[in-house]
Amino acid sequence: MTEEELKAKAAALREKLDREAREGGYILNPDADMTGFLCEGLVRNIERYGYMACPCRLASGRREEDLDIICPCDYRDPDLDEHGACFCALYVDSDIAAGKKEARSVPERRPGEKERAAARAAAKAPSPEKSAPARGAGGMKVWRCKVCGYLCARPEPPLKCPVCKADKDRFEEFAF
Amino acid sequence: MAKKVKVYALSTCGWCRKTVEWLKKNEIKAEIVYTDKIEDPAEKEKVTAEAKAKAGKLTFPTVVVCDANDECVITGYDPAAMEEKLLK
Repeated sequence: MTEEELKAKAAALREKLDREAREGGYILNPDADMTGFLCEGLVRNIERYGYMACPCRLASGRREEDLDIICPCDYRDPDLDEHGACFCALYVDSDIAAGKKEARSVPERRPGEKERAAARAAAKAPSPEKSAPARGAGGMKVWRCKVCGYLCARPEPPLKCPVCKADKDRFEEFAF
Repeated sequence: MAKKVKVYALSTCGWCRKTVEWLKKNEIKAEIVYTDKIEDPAEKEKVTAEAKAKAGKLTFPTVVVCDANDECVITGYDPAAMEEKLLK
């Protein structure tokens, strides 16, 4: 990819993310220099890994292991709540967007590799201690978007979360 | 002994870029390791383990400042901490 192509793809991605953020009630960082650079990073990661891995974390290159850091990552909303910005500062809260507060580098909340592997294994393994899966009308499965918490009752998760646009594989079966 | 500065960074990370710019602006020589650009898997694993051992977790940027008696690790883009360790 030439530098020109990278810039053009990053600008298009920025526009798309900005539109989707607005539709879902999120705010893309208005700092054009920062956001532009991060979008270039996202474009590079799509080319490198085939998915939009977080530009500020080291991806493994294996989608299943990196699901939690595909942008928007699983940690965006807790970081927005606690720090007013996501780990990369691609998404910010209204105070930062309005210039009332400055975006700062926030501490990493992603668990370590071992904890993540254990959590993936536990999610797959059947266990009597697990809570009962929720059921919608007519016994329909209930799916939860791990990025934004959107819930829906349907046989399978939607292809994309209608709120945050996360892909189908970011959904989990919701249990009480 | 002059302070030795090593930065574990990612070439796509905005806070890493700000850290490198801060070091340049303050004319501080540093070894910048762009972990995502390391192609050899064994080398990448070695460097990743090194960065993780320094910071206690894998996070970028991780800035390691060493002098004769001390080693200090700064995680994230933290200009105040870098000023304290490198300019005072």
